Amino acid sequence: MARLNVNIGALSLKNPVMTASGTFGYGVEFQDFVPLDALGGIIVKGTTLKPREGNDYPRMAETASGMLNCVGLQNKGVDYFCEHIYPQIEDIDTNMIVNVSGSSPEDYAECAARIDALERIPAIELNISCPNVKDGGMAFGVTCAGAASVVKAVRKAYHKTLIVKLSPNVTDIAEIARAVEAEGADSVSLINTLMGMAVDIETRKKRLSIGTGGLSGPAVKPVALRMVHQVAKAVKIPVIGLGGICSATDAIEFLMVGATAIEIGTANFLDPAVTLKVRDGIDEWLDRHGCREVTEIIGCMLA
Amino acid sequence: MRKYILDLTVSGVERLSEKHVLIRLTDKKPLPEMVPGQFVQVRVDDSPSTFLRRPISINFVDREKNELWLMVAMIGDGTRRLGLLQAGDSLNCVLPLGNGFTLPVPSVAGDLQSPLLVGGGVGMAPMLFLGATLKHLGYEPTFLLGGRTKKDILELDLFRQYGRVCTTTEDGSEGEKGFVTNHSLLQQTHFDRIYTCGPTPMMKAVARYACEKNIDCEVSLENLMACGVGACLCCVEKTVEGNLCVCKEGPVFNVQRLLWA
Repeated sequence: MARLNVNIGALSLKNPVMTASGTFGYGVEFQDFVPLDALGGIIVKGTTLKPREGNDYPRMAETASGMLNCVGLQNKGVDYFCEHIYPQIEDIDTNMIVNVSGSSPEDYAECAARIDALERIPAIELNISCPNVKDGGMAFGVTCAGAASVVKAVRKAYHKTLIVKLSPNVTDIAEIARAVEAEGADSVSLINTLMGMAVDIETRKKRLSIGTGGLSGPAVKPVALRMVHQVAKAVKIPVIGLGGICSATDAIEFLMVGATAIEIGTANFLDPAVTLKVRDGIDEWLDRHGCREVTEIIGCMLA
Repeated sequence: MRKYILDLTVSGVERLSEKHVLIRLTDKKPLPEMVPGQFVQVRVDDSPSTFLRRPISINFVDREKNELWLMVAMIGDGTRRLGLLQAGDSLNCVLPLGNGFTLPVPSVAGDLQSPLLVGGGVGMAPMLFLGATLKHLGYEPTFLLGGRTKKDILELDLFRQYGRVCTTTEDGSEGEKGFVTNHSLLQQTHFDRIYTCGPTPMMKAVARYACEKNIDCEVSLENLMACGVGACLCCVEKTVEGNLCVCKEGPVFNVQRLLWA
């Protein structure tokens, strides 16, 4: 058994396998399939200051080797999370990390501050792919200024490990990563979904209620891998890789190009027990290759 | 109820019509506990054009033979691939998912309630499991099955084993002509509760009838799903309590909860 422990700033993970926001609920939905304490971390659904109903159905379209979603951050708001959900999950023996979304830097900061007070939540992951309602709906994360403004505001209000989840729908993701590092992010996670569309030629309608949605699944892996590699070279803070990871091989690819940890999202829908298989598969691979610790392979292909 | 990921074995595949197959599955171990109304997320192997699992409602459970029956309507690449399964093949399933139909509670007075089960098209499938369960509990279910034509009324002999069966076809080739809500049964007989599954316009018509007569009515919805376990929030239906997941808080909903009125 190799040592699988990794650190993301002050955050200590028993292994590099985490679950992506929006794909694993609050963990409890999957406990019949996976012992939750086997994971390095669970990143729970996007939480906003105020409750959000999300977008109309249909919110999903299957695509080749993937799917599009336009869920729209449906959640009951941070106060409901603190009062009703947190008590149910605080005793889960893994890192329970809350994904935070917002429509203004002030919203993000206030939401983060309320989660800061929760003793058993050691980190938040900032979703900066949200549209800035004051800037014509353009996502915060597509410009350095937008991304920096959110991280700056949150860093003042949040005192634990701050992970920033980057959007891939940009010209230069390394630039965005450097901007959020400069504002005090402890880590960056990438990639969020790629913007896509699906249509039905018989009805001549778009398949998603709002037309476009985020693409995830194996189809995005090559893009995600390239971006993780780019960002890992550009910043000093640890990088968390995600995007189409379905197997231990996929996970190891991300670790080798510079990710300290990985998140598994869409793959959970195909196999609710995939996270356990990936963890065990990484362990077996390390043993077979005579590696005593997973850290031996992290970034070994960074050049 | 605990959920499992199981590699079930196909014990048989029967062609029910041009569009429908019945897949009977078994396992070395006893099949898990499951109730009428629930469904299974089926992985479709050797299917390059599909990605996600397919949710298929539970048609029947035979505890003696340790068999789970899935009725599949072959409408797309994924379901057509399922239609090619053969006895001895393996089928990976996540089950049982969703809530179930609410079974009647025996009244204090001891009088048996009279349930009506309305199924349209492949929506007939869960009605068999439900009807058999109700019969087993001592009730006398009545089935009202509708389709476009005679070929679309499936498993008729099986339904007849559990209760009275009335049928409608749009072309009149079987039973009364028209839609299920046109059947004379609805004017003649009183029912205490109604369960329905089928095309949405059919269920809405049944729900309207139920509301007019003040009869408790449960419907089974079919929204596009990804995870099937209530985590991704893709399959939501608008209800009086906001957006609820059809895969977790459903697929069965009391019609009063929906915004159909």
